Order: sequence, then C-alpha cells, then structure tokens
Amino acid sequence: MNFEVIRDYLPLYIKAFMLTIKIGWIGIALSLGIGVFSAFILHFKIPIASQIVKVYVELFRNTPLLVQLFFVYFGLPKIGISISAEAYGAIGLGLLGGSYMTESFRSGLDAVKVSQTESALALGMSKGQLFTSVILPQAVTLSVPAVVANLIFLLKETSVFSAISLMDLMFTAKDLIGLYYNTTECLVMLVVFYIFMLLPVSILGSVIEKKTRFKMFGD
Amino acid sequence: MEEILRVNNLSKRFEDIEVLNNLSLSVKKGEVVVIVGPSGCGKSTFLRCLNGLEEIEEGEIFLDGEKVSSNKKNMSKTREKIGMVFQSYDLFPHKTILQNITLAPIKVKKRKKAEVEEEALKLLDRVGLLSKKDNYPRQLSGGQKQRVAIVRALIMHPEVLLLDEITAALDPEMVREVLDVVLSLAKEGRTMLIVTHEMAFAKAVADRVIFLENGKIVEEGSPKEFFEDPKTDRLKKFLETFSYEK
Ligand SMILES: Nc1ncnc2c1ncn2[C@@H]1O[C@H](COP(=O)(O)OP(=O)(O)O)[C@@H](O)[C@H]1O
Ligand SMILES: [Mg+2]
Repeated sequence: MNFEVIRDYLPLYIKAFMLTIKIGWIGIALSLGIGVFSAFILHFKIPIASQIVKVYVELFRNTPLLVQLFFVYFGLPKIGISISAEAYGAIGLGLLGGSYMTESFRSGLDAVKVSQTESALALGMSKGQLFTSVILPQAVTLSVPAVVANLIFLLKETSVFSAISLMDLMFTAKDLIGLYYNTTECLVMLVVFYIFMLLPVSILGSVIEKKTRFKMFGD
Repeated sequence: MEEILRVNNLSKRFEDIEVLNNLSLSVKKGEVVVIVGPSGCGKSTFLRCLNGLEEIEEGEIFLDGEKVSSNKKNMSKTREKIGMVFQSYDLFPHKTILQNITLAPIKVKKRKKAEVEEEALKLLDRVGLLSKKDNYPRQLSGGQKQRVAIVRALIMHPEVLLLDEITAALDPEMVREVLDVVLSLAKEGRTMLIVTHEMAFAKAVADRVIFLENGKIVEEGSPKEFFEDPKTDRLKKFLETFSYEK
C-alpha cells in the first residue's frame, strides 16, 4: 500500500465524506418527518390519506433506491422542477427512508398493548392525554431498534448517489480508481470512511436501545 | 343507606351472543358487592359497561343519580368517579411507580404536582411500597404491581371501585398481600364491585354476593346465605367446583 497516495487522496475523500454525511442526514431528517407523519395517518386510520400512505410505502419499499433516484432526477425536471443534484439525492433518500420509517413507527404504535389504552381511559384520561402520555412514549421506545436499523441502512444506501453524479464517497473512489488505478488504496479508504460514518450511529443506537429497553422490558 | 349505583335492564351482545341479559342491580354507598360466576358468563363485560369501556346498548346506568351515557365527553367525567383495576395490572411501563400514580390526578384533575405526590407517598406507604416509588414496574413482583394499580385508582378518589379478578394472574403467595389491601378498603367503607374466584375472600369481604350465569343474575344474598345455604341448583353446582371434599 502506498501511503503517499492515501495522503494525496485524503482531502478528496474528506470532501466526499462531508457531502455524503450532509445529504445522508438531510435525507434521514426528511425520512423521519415523513415516517412520523405517515405513521400517525395509518394509526388513526384517517380515510383516503391512509390509502395513499399504504400505496406510497409499498411502492418505495419494493423498488431500489437507484430506480427512485432516476425517477426523481429525470422526472422532476420534466414537470418543470429543477433543483441541485444534492437536493435530488436528499429527496430520493428521504422518500425511500420515509417508507421504511413509516413502517417502523406504525409497528411501534401498534405494539402498545390495548390494555394500556383501557387502563388510561379507566383513569379518566382523554384521547389526547392517552396518546401523548401513554401511547406515544411507549411507541417511540418500541420503534427504536427498527429506526436505528433504518438509519444504518439509509446511510449505506447513499452509495448509489454516485449514479446521479453526486460526488459522494463512492463516486470519488470510482473516479480515482478510473483515473489512476490505485485500486487497493482507494478501496481501503472507502471502507474506512464508511465505517467511520456508520460506527458511531451503530454504537449510539445500541446504547439508546439498551437504555430504553431497560425501562420498558416487562410491565 | 343512600344508593350510589343503579343499573336498569342492562343488555349487551357481541354479534350473535347475548353476554348480558336484562341485568339490574342497585348498590348502596359503602357496600361491597362480590360477583362470582363461571368464566365467560359476562362478569368482565358487566364491569366494563359500568365505566364505559364497552358501549351500553340497552338499559341504563345511574351513578350518584346521574345517568351514565356513552357520550364521549361525559364518559371521562364518569370514569373519574369509577375506578377500575384489571387482572393484568397494566401499569405504565415507561413511568416510575410514583409517576404511574400521579399521572392521572395531574393530567386529568389538574391537581398540583407537590400535593399529589404527597398523597401518593402516603398511599404507597399504606400498601407497604414506599421504598419502590422510584422503581419501574418491571422491577416489581406481580403482587406489588397490583397494589400499585390499586393505589393508582384510589388517588382519583373514585366513588365506586371496580376490581376485575385482580388476583387471578398472581402466584398464590402474592394473593394474600393484595386481598389484605382490598379488605382494608372495605373496612373503611369504600363502595366496591369485586369479581373474584377466591371464595374465602368473597365470604370475608362481601356485604352481598351475586351469582352471574349466562349474563343473568341467578342468585344473590348475604355471604352467609350464599355460601352456606345456596337456593338454586346452579349455584350449588358452581360452589361444588371449588371444594375438594368427596
Ligand atoms: N370484545 C368482545 N368481542 C366478542 N366477544 C366478546 C368480547 N368480550 C367478551 N366477549 C365474550 O363475551 C362473553 C363474556 O365475556 P367476559 O365478560 O369476559 O366473561 P367473564 O369475565 O365472566 O369471564 C364471553 O363469551 C366472551 O367470549
Ligand atoms: Mg373476566
């Protein structure tokens, strides 16, 4: 391995890393918003809206991100919306992630026992008090493992951004390999940067999981 | 004594099965009524109708002279007056014992936190669980959880307390500690409707015992009459299932 090469490429990788993280987390923030909103619609069985959410979830969970990105990237300009490649990436990731997050939050909401609702109602709580003080906190805790898994999955999915010419980590690695053939160095750096991006999420996730599970396990 | 709860001709069906059949009952203030009967006879459904967890289809319920209607707004007012404790405790797993108890008085009755906590601690002390105030439900035994559930209902100052087989899920050695609490509540004059399979307890705690079968009151009487001199064959048969004598 040639460490000079690594040193020369480092600034390019760092730039790509920052871009990947930026778009990744904007996309994830978007997906969390979409997920919470859609899960509420499903949980409260809001007519029409829940049908739309169901179609959306199935559509986006059952197609690859690459295909979704192409649709956003080539489709939006056709209807007169023209935005930056970064925005396409974030929207694409947000839509994909939203479908997964919807399912995670919905299953969290559904996993709260009916008997919890009944004992809260029996204490005279209103529907709103029941939801905010009893159901929501438990649902959030119950969704944590699935949400953390989604976060890691989505951050990994950013690797397809290169297909719409976003200079993310994958794009940079491929580009450099194509130009100079330092394949080993480029790939090792790629792996290291991905691990650098994902490991903290993974560790933080399991800490949060343990903390919340400790409180909740059993009743 | 003054009547606190009155049920007139209550009927309830789930699809094609009639679970409660034209049931009427009057309960006086301070009275302890125990309801026994084979499983599936409608005991839980009856209690659940009283606090509106099941919709009332036919008949009327009056609490303290006021008609209980399935109207949503009035329902939570009614529920403040009727406390209920379930077989499965159903404490809130994400809240500490103290928070479990203070949640409803603070949210529903808008009482001051400090004042509610003071009362909660007194009640916890009374059931011997003061040291558990900062624990989570999962750290308590079944019997302890059920005592907390009783306190959680008591702090709402209900006029009537409904207890639905509250010892049925407990290990035998924990049944006593829970029943002792209920017995002490009876002694201080609380109005209670108790569903139980603990016949010795029923005898000790009840002012009146009711035998429910197929959604109908088949027989009722003082504990002495009820257990020692049952009139109907059906009640005799039912009571026999609890004895092992040959
Ligand atoms: N939500 C429900 N839907 C349909 N049937 C029900 C429902 N709840 C109770 N039942 C039926 O009503 C009958 C009485 O139930 P329940 O009141 O729980 O009896 P008990 O408490 O005396 O064992 C049973 O046959 C039960 O299967
Ligand atoms: Mg029952």
